Amino acid sequence: MEWYLPVIWAALIGTAVAMYVILDGFDLGIGILFPFARNEAQRDQMMRTIAPFWDGNETWLVLGGGGLWVAFPTAYAVIMPAMYLPVIVMLLGLIFRGVAFEFRLVSESKRWWNRAFNIGSIVAAFSQGVILGGLIQGITVKDGQFAGGHFDWLTPFALLCGVSLVFGYAFLGATWLIMKADGEVGERARTQARLMLLIVLGFMAAVSLYTPIAFERIAQRWFSLPNFYFLWPVPLLTIFLAAMLWRWIGRRREVLPFVASIGLFLLGYLGLVISSYPYLVPPTLTIWDTAAVPASQIFMLIGTLFLLPIILGYVIFIYWLFRGKVKEGESYH
Amino acid sequence: MDLDPVLLARIQFAFTVTFHIIFPSFTIGLSAYIATLGVMWLRTDQERYHRLMRFWTKIFAVSFAMGVVSGIVLSYQFGTNWSRFSVFAGNVVGPLIGYEVLTAFFLEATFLGILLFGFNRVPPWLYVMSAAIVAIGTSMSAFWILSANSWMQTPVGHEIRNGVAVPVDWLTIVFNPSFPYRLTHMLNAAYLTTGFVVLAVGARYLLAGKHIEDARTMMRMGLWLMAILAPLQLFIGDQHGLNTLQHQPIKVAAMEAHWDGSKPGALVLFAWPDEKAEKNWYEISIPRGASLILRHDPNGLFPGLKSVPPQDRPPLLNVFFGFRIMVGIGLYMIAAALFGCFLWWRGTLFETRWYLRIVSMTWWSGFVAVIAGWIVTESGRQPWLVHGLLRTADAISPVPAASLLGTLVLFVLCYGIVFSMGIYYINRLIALGPEGRALEASEGMPNRPLMAAEGAAREAIERKG
Repeated sequence: MEWYLPVIWAALIGTAVAMYVILDGFDLGIGILFPFARNEAQRDQMMRTIAPFWDGNETWLVLGGGGLWVAFPTAYAVIMPAMYLPVIVMLLGLIFRGVAFEFRLVSESKRWWNRAFNIGSIVAAFSQGVILGGLIQGITVKDGQFAGGHFDWLTPFALLCGVSLVFGYAFLGATWLIMKADGEVGERARTQARLMLLIVLGFMAAVSLYTPIAFERIAQRWFSLPNFYFLWPVPLLTIFLAAMLWRWIGRRREVLPFVASIGLFLLGYLGLVISSYPYLVPPTLTIWDTAAVPASQIFMLIGTLFLLPIILGYVIFIYWLFRGKVKEGESYH
Repeated sequence: MDLDPVLLARIQFAFTVTFHIIFPSFTIGLSAYIATLGVMWLRTDQERYHRLMRFWTKIFAVSFAMGVVSGIVLSYQFGTNWSRFSVFAGNVVGPLIGYEVLTAFFLEATFLGILLFGFNRVPPWLYVMSAAIVAIGTSMSAFWILSANSWMQTPVGHEIRNGVAVPVDWLTIVFNPSFPYRLTHMLNAAYLTTGFVVLAVGARYLLAGKHIEDARTMMRMGLWLMAILAPLQLFIGDQHGLNTLQHQPIKVAAMEAHWDGSKPGALVLFAWPDEKAEKNWYEISIPRGASLILRHDPNGLFPGLKSVPPQDRPPLLNVFFGFRIMVGIGLYMIAAALFGCFLWWRGTLFETRWYLRIVSMTWWSGFVAVIAGWIVTESGRQPWLVHGLLRTADAISPVPAASLLGTLVLFVLCYGIVFSMGIYYINRLIALGPEGRALEASEGMPNRPLMAAEGAAREAIERKG
């Protein structure tokens, strides 16, 4: 029990974070691609493709943060102070882009809230990348507490991760628009998606090459035997999927590029998990070091196993309800 | 000047949490009101209920968005500002917050999507049901978050192992002694806050001679509710106070500015409590009044502030004045509701302009009372973060004061912009009224996701131009 519970919880939180990255990823991506819309009608159209979903998407972030606190309080208490500034800046970014949905509709001038939506999305995506990078490169811990400097996270690698994620989310946003937006916006998204795909692959390659060189433990994980035998399909699959994506976009497939871009994200995510497991706070604290007591993990697990399927049920329902493409300039009288 | 990180962390958290509570206090009540309007619409098939439902949903959308974004901040601030609290109490409080996310946040967020954008895509019953589910979600959220807060006030059901609180009995933890009182007090406060806003908006329209039929519906519904809930709140508050006296007597002593526990307490109507001199200046009080209320006996005794050393006392002015503001507004609400009912009975409610003017100008009453009440209970818990177990000063994150100050400035700036704009927009939606062209326009366009407020916005621009 003491061994299994933290593993189950790590899997659950890993799933919640993956859900967040994919779901809020594409709607942050819409924010990042916002300036490329030609006019207000196109911006409305882009926003309308995500308006019924964004709030639910962002809830996965609360579940990820909340879940981390519930299941691994020590990790939560180390990561948050260590990433203090990026976390706060991310939250402020999310505030501006979140209220922009409603505010731009009721304000006289949409210009400022268009900008808030765009910049807020970029800031949130960038900060999340920085947090991810900061976590991968490791946090200084002493006696179970954060003991590093307050700008430890500020490294070229973390900034690289920040920029990667901005492009990554823009890529997800572009394939989402291929699927959900009619007319010029959907058309332009094809060009954007192909361009972003190349950039994202470049960043993925950079991170995949840099991390084993810079961090001995990651090199150990990937290139020691017998690990290597099991792990080589991950990069291979990534390359294959990327090639298929390129083709599907060209062949005017509408749903497949989005599905495949999710797959690409999941593969990248899997790569990072493989690099870090079983550390929750690399390079010192494992999931067992930071786990909550079994009584807390079990209490929460019962509720989660019961409620998560219900949640997934109505999340799927709402995506089904608002299925179909959104047209440009459709809603105005 | 040396910056005190504890003070800065507290100011920052107080700032973000105070801003946040404004929106739940409104949306808990408003979602229930919207659901009620929806049910009335389905049952009576009267267009006015539907019109009001759509109108308030637009306002709900703007307030809920602000509630969501300011709430996400809080769920991360436990870690960024209070990491030692996160470790100490994480095993107990963490799951309560976790359940809030699972049972409430997803429910609200998803069905809000249907409520805001799904009108043309779902049958009316599902549309109204979505409103009801959103209302249930907001109350569930209040249930869990108040349970967590109450455990910090009256911690039970745990044991301390290796310096952290470990759960022993979950039912005892969830239903800890102050929880039932705090929950009823807060939910009722939320309904009162919204009820008063609805009343004030109705009065505003009547004064302006606009939307008369809708305004009368709003005022009748608001008054009827307030006349029951406002006096009820006095009773709930009194019970909550007795419960606090039992578990956190020093908080009550601070509320009453009662120094010497060996004498019966006076009901202090006004005073300037002096923490250094340990006495009240300019006191106007009813002798033995507090003893009568708290002990139901004019000679009854209850602990005074002097029974604990100064470092164990809460910041007196916050608690003392916060309490008086809350009670004062509560009494005003009772008076306003009962007098309104009297006018209604006399048949002059909609013509008594001075009454309408006062009511329309005091729409903010509930918000101020809620904030004041939270200041009383949170400041009154100091110097403890978890009463009797963990001091606030020991709960802080290892974050330098400069970071805290920098982010505090950022929060003040960003919240200042975002929330003042939000309130400005809500006011404009209200000024526009329920009869906006948005309604006909949006109903005429089947099967497409609609932005809740876009029609109203268009119209605002057109009217301006």
